[in-house]
Amino acid sequence: MNREAVEDFFYHEAALLDAWDLDGWMDLLCDDARYLVPPNDVPDGNPDTTLFIIADDMDRIRGRVKRLKSRDAHAEFPPSRTRRLITNVRILEQGDAELTVTANFSVHRFRRGGKGGEYVGHYVYKLRIEGDGFRIAERRAVLDAEELGGLGAVSFIL
Amino acid sequence: MSGMDDPAKILHSTAMNKNPYIIDNPGGNDFRLNRETLVDPDILVAERDRVFDQCWIYAGHDSEVPKPGDFKTRDVGGRPVILTRDGDDNVRLFLNTCRHRGAKVCREREGNTKRFYCFYHGWSYGNDGALVAVPGDDAYPDTFDRSELGLKDVPRFENYRGFWFASFNPDVEDLEPYLAGATEYIDLVVDQSADGNMEIVAGIQEYDIAANWKLLVENSFDDYHLHSTHSTWLEYMKDSGVSIKVPKGLLLPKKGIGRDLGNGHAVIDNYNFRGRPVATWISIYGEEAKPAVEAAKAELVERLGEERAERVANTNRNLFIFPNLMINDGSSVTVRAFWPEAADRMKVTAWALGPVGESAIMRKVRLDSFLTFYGPGGLATPDDVEALEQVQAGLTSTVKEVPWSVMTRGIAKDGEQLNSDELHLRTFWRRWNTMMTGEAAAIETAEAAE
Repeated sequence: MNREAVEDFFYHEAALLDAWDLDGWMDLLCDDARYLVPPNDVPDGNPDTTLFIIADDMDRIRGRVKRLKSRDAHAEFPPSRTRRLITNVRILEQGDAELTVTANFSVHRFRRGGKGGEYVGHYVYKLRIEGDGFRIAERRAVLDAEELGGLGAVSFIL
Repeated sequence: MSGMDDPAKILHSTAMNKNPYIIDNPGGNDFRLNRETLVDPDILVAERDRVFDQCWIYAGHDSEVPKPGDFKTRDVGGRPVILTRDGDDNVRLFLNTCRHRGAKVCREREGNTKRFYCFYHGWSYGNDGALVAVPGDDAYPDTFDRSELGLKDVPRFENYRGFWFASFNPDVEDLEPYLAGATEYIDLVVDQSADGNMEIVAGIQEYDIAANWKLLVENSFDDYHLHSTHSTWLEYMKDSGVSIKVPKGLLLPKKGIGRDLGNGHAVIDNYNFRGRPVATWISIYGEEAKPAVEAAKAELVERLGEERAERVANTNRNLFIFPNLMINDGSSVTVRAFWPEAADRMKVTAWALGPVGESAIMRKVRLDSFLTFYGPGGLATPDDVEALEQVQAGLTSTVKEVPWSVMTRGIAKDGEQLNSDELHLRTFWRRWNTMMTGEAAAIETAEAAE
């Protein structure tokens, strides 16, 4: 697996999320996937011992997606517009079954009459090799900001 | 202070307008809130002076600085402070400003040190605050007295069961009488711990809300909004196999109550119906956590007896400590303090609290349970934030046309107030109004009359 294949995968994922195709996005996840956003002050933390912003197992990811698709997810209704720029993709570890990959992100969020913002940081993915493609085993979005501050919430999929 | 900022002048101008902050007539079943209190920047200036600088303000928890030399920096009461434990094991709260020119002497978020060092001219201080080094001190006259130039302690600093509070009012009453009836509820929280010690868990949630701070006071213990604001969370719980049906309460009415605890503190108190890490298992915690949760309950029964154990393990409380601290003990324990940056913006800091020494699986369940509902990535808090920001946006530009909000839920009842009534909100506003204006509060309940 080379970097180009990983980049294609990330760009596809970003396009699904920016289009709010959340069911399509869930198809990219392994059945035991985890989605993590660590707290700004402990970016290297473990969610079993550190209070995270988001630490979802697949059950809560499904719940989160169901919620985000409803009209009653008030923080995301009407849904934010987002635009994701994914760069600096590097394969950190390559095993037979799994890759560890990092990439920088800048996610721009816009809301009508509400606050948007620029979410800047890096991802650490664990990608499981399936056939000639990947699925996501773990997706960790680490924010660079010292505090969430004016960004307010991580109410969409970061 | 400029004339515009003078609180006395603001009070005068409010009086001249003849618009009170609240209209409070429980006998006539009337309680209305002047919406200017949520939008007027001059009122915020007065609040800093008459409310925040007069009260006890939550500063931190004993467990955040466990060893001598440990420190954390933050803002408390609008001042930069250093929370530290000195070499004699005393927890201290210093104003983070050099006595020479005023720069912050500590710029790190946290750490352990024997010295706080001001890089500007090189003055340094011990972790007991003493000024220990002044470069080139031979140039100062004989009257220069190092012993008078240590880091300044906040005027008052006291703790109740590990929760440290600061006051910028030297004459404030002692912390424990100030907390009044809130101590009963802090005790219920702390009694979760076998040895009486709770700790703040690593990981701070710090986020802003574009709304007046008093809206978060209301929102943090307003059960009336649960079904309309948090339907997606209720749905998630249902999908996860957690019954949302309220069982018959042994200790409290089925729907829970709101109580005035004195001095502006208030609580909503309800029978648990959605799981508690201590110590009521629900399916969402996973089968592997069941023995640990049951063991925690057994420990409570052994230590506290059946009735008290049931109270600790199976009732929830959202405790408001006037003016800006919430301790929510339900699906997890959250400690949430907030501070107004402007009339329409606040900074929120939230921590998770757990018993010292709880098992790894219990800690995992506690943190996971926190995130289901709470925090900027939870399935509920972002909708609260959205609600408050929509309230603020609605109020700000319409206050002339729509000057009053109605806050009378439950006011006509003789008996207990439910957690979906608004007695606890009125309790906050009455205290706030008394501090702002000096007017005595109306008496609504027998409890308040005591």
